[in-house]
Amino acid sequence: MHDPWVFVAFLLPIGLLLPAVAVLMGILLGPRKPNAIKGTTYECGIETVGETWVQFRASYYIFALIFVVFDVEAVFLFPWAVAYNGMQLYMVLEGVLFLLILAAGLLYAWRKGALEWV
Amino acid sequence: MGDPFGLIGRWLIDLVTGWGMEPEAALTLLRFLGAAILATVLLLACFFLIVAERKILGRFQDRYGPNRVGPWGVFQTVADFVKLIGKEIVVPDGIDKPVYWLAPLLVVMSVVGIWAVVPFAPGFRGTDLNVGVLYIVSIGAIGTLGIIMAGWSSNNKFALLGAFRAVAQLVSYEIPMVLTLLIPTMLAGSMGVTAIVEAQKDLWFIAAAPLAAAVFLISSVAENGRAPFDLMEGESEIVAGFNIEYGGLAFGMFYVGEFLHAFTVGVLFSTLFLGGWRGPGAETYPLLGLFYFFAKALVVWFVTVWVRASFPRVRIDQLLALNWKFLTPLALVIVALTAVVDKLAAEQGWSQLLALLAANAVLALGMFAVLGAYGRSVRKREDSLRGNAAALPARSAR
Repeated sequence: MHDPWVFVAFLLPIGLLLPAVAVLMGILLGPRKPNAIKGTTYECGIETVGETWVQFRASYYIFALIFVVFDVEAVFLFPWAVAYNGMQLYMVLEGVLFLLILAAGLLYAWRKGALEWV
Repeated sequence: MGDPFGLIGRWLIDLVTGWGMEPEAALTLLRFLGAAILATVLLLACFFLIVAERKILGRFQDRYGPNRVGPWGVFQTVADFVKLIGKEIVVPDGIDKPVYWLAPLLVVMSVVGIWAVVPFAPGFRGTDLNVGVLYIVSIGAIGTLGIIMAGWSSNNKFALLGAFRAVAQLVSYEIPMVLTLLIPTMLAGSMGVTAIVEAQKDLWFIAAAPLAAAVFLISSVAENGRAPFDLMEGESEIVAGFNIEYGGLAFGMFYVGEFLHAFTVGVLFSTLFLGGWRGPGAETYPLLGLFYFFAKALVVWFVTVWVRASFPRVRIDQLLALNWKFLTPLALVIVALTAVVDKLAAEQGWSQLLALLAANAVLALGMFAVLGAYGRSVRKREDSLRGNAAALPARSAR
């Protein structure tokens, strides 16, 4: 049997190459007259104040952190879902227990106010 | 007429082996040709998709949409493409060059990559991975990465804000999407997309899990980053968001990626929940299956465009609250409920469809009750803040 990943191994580089060719065409065919004003950061014509690395809200970080927990959890749930048809009821209930633990984690984050956008 | 796709494949293999090629190498060559044709057709389809979407949006807003270039304006995108090629790609100072140039390419690659596992018709698909659903999720996440890279490398505060919003939004909405993807996996007993379509022989999964399908559609539209969830490129708030420093075709690639992703959402939804190519007569005539497949995908795509035309942009706190306080808990409950009810139905000998439908109906009723109670409490609080207690009965009577 032929390896099914061969197709993916072809498709992804081609999917990267085709837009690269289009962008390259744009670079080659378009004019190119850089100057100091054109190269400045675009902020609707107003001059930039300070540097780009502004302070950002801690909430973004917290949401990303909660995401990591749930994403890892989803990866663990997929094998459970694949094996679902051959399971007894109690095995399904164990999976549900796992979900409940995670739901408790979400509830905890919720009660702690981590989900509020202040 | 029986199996045109297999026929073409066998004919091509015979042709190249007739030229003296090893059968194994011929098969690899065939895979390469298929991948090249698929990627090219997808990118060319964007010319059609973009003009179709603009026409539909125009009609929703009571105007004609593009109608000057070619008959009914169908060549509008070609004209735009030619214009974008002729534009100077302004490279701003202080960018992170490799990341900056790679970002738009990754966005397109992620969308094209999803199509590798989509079954178009019986016996006609790119490939069949046994981890198809996980593959879709992981390749789709590369698009998110591309957007974050674009915002990060542009050396622009507003692009960076767009990237932050992308982190908050795209990454958050992946959770309900992945959780609802468990339902087709569970019902089919396989992560392979072809196996999921096979399992929908008697019953489309949207009938067994309507709530999961709805959550999947909402989170997919949010994942696509278009209205009403287009916060990371909110023009009125952060200039243009992550793609502000891109010009010419480098910007055009973000555009292509977004519009192709919109259609891909329709394709994924119809494959996972609407039975893919399944329909009367599709088994005997694969071409009919191809027709059903695109008809269903276009209908779902039209619904997403309809949503885009109908709803205003949400605020970021509303967006995150919708995901973390509504969709994610709901998806968790759906997964648990579907697993238990389906297993109970199998052990007790109940009808699977009726049991799942009843569970979904109960869950929907509970969901609306909770939402209604929440809405009433919010209105009550707002009214008391206004010191307008007299308005309360009139509001609750509505």
